[in-house]
Amino acid sequence: MSDYERILKFHIFRYNPQKKGDKPRMVTYEITEAPGMTVFIALNEIREQQDPSIQFDFVCRAGICGSCAMVINGQPTLACRTLTSKYESGEIKLLPLPGFELIGDLSVNTGKFMRAMSERVESWIHDTNADMVDYNKLEERMDPDVADKIYELERCVECGCCVSACATKRMRPDFLSAVGFMRLARFALDPRDKRTDEEFYEIMGDDDGVFGCMTLLGCEDYCPKDLPHQTQIAYLRRKMVLVK
Amino acid sequence: MKVIYTDSLVIGGGLAGLRVAIASMQRGYDTIVLSLIPAKRSHSAAAQGGMQASLGACIKGDGDDEDIHFADTVKGSDWGCDQEVARAFVNTSPKAIRQLAAWGVPWTRVRAGDQDVVINNEKVTITEKLESHGLISARDFGGTKKWRTCFTADGAGHTMLYAMDNKAIQMGIPVHERKEALALIHDDGVCYGAIVRDLITGDLIAYIAKATTIATGGYGRLYSVTTNAVISEGIGNAIALQTGIASLGNMEAVQFHPTGIVPVAILMTEGCRGDGGLLLDKDGYRFMPDYEPAKKELASRDVVSRRMTEHMRKGKGIPSRYGDHLWLDIRLLGRKHIEKNLREVKEICEYFLGIDPVEELIPVRPTQHYSMGGIRTKPTGESPALKGLFSAGEAACWDMHGFNRLGGNSVAETVVAGMIVGEYVADYCAANPLNISTTTIEHFMKQEEKKITDLLMKEFGENPFELKAAMQKVMMDKVGIFRNGPDLEQAVEELKVLNQRAKNIALRNRISSSNPELVEAIRVPMMIKLAQCVAYGAFLRTESRGAHAREDYPERNDKDWLKRTLTTWKDESADLPELSYEELDVMKMEMPPGSRGYGVDNIVHHPDTKKRTSQIETIREANPGADRFEISEILNPITIPEKFKGKNERIGRGFK
Ligand SMILES: Cc1cc2nc3c(=O)[nH]c(=O)nc-3n(C[C@H](O)[C@H](O)[C@H](O)COP(=O)(O)OP(=O)(O)OC[C@H]3O[C@@H](n4cnc5c(N)ncnc54)[C@H](O)[C@@H]3O)c2cc1C
Ligand code: SF4
Ligand code: SF4
Ligand code: FES
Repeated sequence: MSDYERILKFHIFRYNPQKKGDKPRMVTYEITEAPGMTVFIALNEIREQQDPSIQFDFVCRAGICGSCAMVINGQPTLACRTLTSKYESGEIKLLPLPGFELIGDLSVNTGKFMRAMSERVESWIHDTNADMVDYNKLEERMDPDVADKIYELERCVECGCCVSACATKRMRPDFLSAVGFMRLARFALDPRDKRTDEEFYEIMGDDDGVFGCMTLLGCEDYCPKDLPHQTQIAYLRRKMVLVK
Repeated sequence: MKVIYTDSLVIGGGLAGLRVAIASMQRGYDTIVLSLIPAKRSHSAAAQGGMQASLGACIKGDGDDEDIHFADTVKGSDWGCDQEVARAFVNTSPKAIRQLAAWGVPWTRVRAGDQDVVINNEKVTITEKLESHGLISARDFGGTKKWRTCFTADGAGHTMLYAMDNKAIQMGIPVHERKEALALIHDDGVCYGAIVRDLITGDLIAYIAKATTIATGGYGRLYSVTTNAVISEGIGNAIALQTGIASLGNMEAVQFHPTGIVPVAILMTEGCRGDGGLLLDKDGYRFMPDYEPAKKELASRDVVSRRMTEHMRKGKGIPSRYGDHLWLDIRLLGRKHIEKNLREVKEICEYFLGIDPVEELIPVRPTQHYSMGGIRTKPTGESPALKGLFSAGEAACWDMHGFNRLGGNSVAETVVAGMIVGEYVADYCAANPLNISTTTIEHFMKQEEKKITDLLMKEFGENPFELKAAMQKVMMDKVGIFRNGPDLEQAVEELKVLNQRAKNIALRNRISSSNPELVEAIRVPMMIKLAQCVAYGAFLRTESRGAHAREDYPERNDKDWLKRTLTTWKDESADLPELSYEELDVMKMEMPPGSRGYGVDNIVHHPDTKKRTSQIETIREANPGADRFEISEILNPITIPEKFKGKNERIGRGFK
């Protein structure tokens, strides 16, 4: 933490589709940097002291909930855990995450997208017995390593950074995207999910699925949870190729 | 007027709300969940440490059962909890965790053989039994006799919430996101749903339901330094208070967690200390054993937070521009353990502090963390005053936590309460036809419309952000870890003034659709009222119990204060809420009041305590053949849905 104070310049995308006649534009706000300042702290200060209308989404402000992804100086990332000190020039440009419905300014509707994704990949354990399980009895055992591996893939916070960084998604609006692949990989690994490879193929065995992916790996570069997209996409592809 | 009808309306899409929704949907009732944000982003996701359930599969949990969990919970609550509810909770928690396992939570499992762990600053090897291999494991947490906190590395809440929401999606339960409940609709002592604002369009919608459940989480944001999410503002509690009928219980019971990082107040999970982390002062000295020789860093949260504060008051803190702090040291756990089981902790240290906790110390101080208080309910989850209004999770004062909740008992409560209350919600839907007049709906709709139009019309007035900051400061400075009469009295007075000023809020951005300043303007007056409930309750409670620590009344006074505070706000224009008290009946307690075993025993005993203790002895002697279930049934008969009455199996022990 440096002790000298500097002035930060935030260039922020402003547009409220709810407001008649409003037009997209960039607006610059200046604030004094404080030690340990994050984009979360800065945006709230701007809202409280300069422009109360500015929209953005934060919930946990701890990099856990995935609410606050936006494009910061060209890179999609979680705003709450981005320290302003990272930007030497003191110029910080904020844009809403592309690829999602814009609610206003920096706020996008990732929730709607993610619910649709979950429905599409059927993001749940497929086991007709799951609801019949006698919860008074010992739980079914699981190999400790398998449990750890599933958790590794379940660390996704549905922030949408991978979606916004994906070139294929830009060309194919219905492309499932890395977040969907990661979710499928998570369930494919889970012995509790009884889906067959054929059933998974139905979900992702086309060009809007894993065969459309160009493996340019924007997803892996920008995933704030460092999920292993490359290996998982390769794994799903191998699995799907074997089905046909 | 836009009106949406359903059977079961659930306000809140965190663990508790989703579980209630699942229960009512399973029973065939039309169900809608409302949430400020996408359900998976609810604050439940932030729970890192884990969930308490007495599975007793890992070696350090060996011998654990419901009774030990019960004793820990009651002690932890400083005897302030409702023992009937605590009993129902401990009996159901193993079922809850096993059901979640079937629904997809990748709980960390027991690995047979030798495992290296750190206990009391020493590396030791424990040997997990072969027959436990692959069962759900557990870690140590503060205030528990056994290792009972089941976990998924350090993403327990995340994996639980994802499994729960996935289940809700599978069942087709609609979650109406970016919606805020602003008022309850009620008539003649019955609740019929809520007036809800769409946070994008600004539209007001009346959601009409047979049963309404509030599961909106805690009210941590009444304080300026809190681990809670920015949306944990207590609005669910506030709308219940606003009815003038439903009461809030024990609002003064507010927990401070020992280890929030400085300055941003993000939580370092109790798992850090559970797994062997230490607290150090400015001399690098481990001070907790001096204060609490038995449990040391793993004493109950409220105790550790107070000891830390005491130690800093002795000048042993590390000064910083944000005030004094202490150090959390997890270096001894080693890189491998930290990168696997405390990874979120590591990420947070890297991103927010720029340090590597494997090699460096973490600056921490006690930070507001949990709201024991909330909407007072019966064991069924229903408000005793307002029919058809239910509450579950952190928003409720179901009251298994009393004046201090144990780590790991909260996410457990959300799910268990969701299961139990969910069944009663369904029963209520079955028994009560929807019977409400349009005039009633219109009345509440108009009232909310008017509030918003008034705000939008007003040209000059108070700034809501400033009022909120002022309130948060009062609460932090005067209604914090240690409390005293003069400070509390001042807090009560200052909040009264803020309450008045809040009637005069004006906006700079006067549009009715998506507008963060309007959201603030609507919430802040409600938050100030809640803060008044907390401060006034704390002022009047002239004893120390659990997290409520009065410097001027250090003793726990069972004689005068073994009772629950109930707060209502009947007259909207009044300056203060109305307080009354609900006695806890010692003669019904399975575990009569005793010492928690921290510091000096400082209790003014209740006259019934001795009586009940000997009565329990007599009962035990009179039933020599009775097993622990039968004894508990005699001492503490509970209300619980039939489907949760079964006994729980444990490895090596069966159903005993
Ligand atoms: C950092 C942190 C770590 C924790 N770790 C642990 C742990 O390890 N173990 C443990 O047992 N406990 C832990 N806790 C406590 C525990 O996580 C919470 O008490 C619990 O998750 C609360 O769940 P809930 O379902 O009651 O509410 P929440 O998960 O907070 O959900 C509240 C829901 O209500 C909605 N809502 C709120 N107001 C409105 C409104 N007016 N209208 C519509 N919707 C509304 C929100 O959108 C949200 O969906 C932790 C807490 C914190 C802060
Ligand atoms: S590898 Fe490239 S194309 Fe494939 S999902 Fe990732 S970003 Fe998209
Ligand atoms: S996979 Fe990574 S980038 Fe994509 S939504 Fe999940 S956490 Fe975000
Ligand atoms: S606010 Fe939760 S991840 Fe940024």
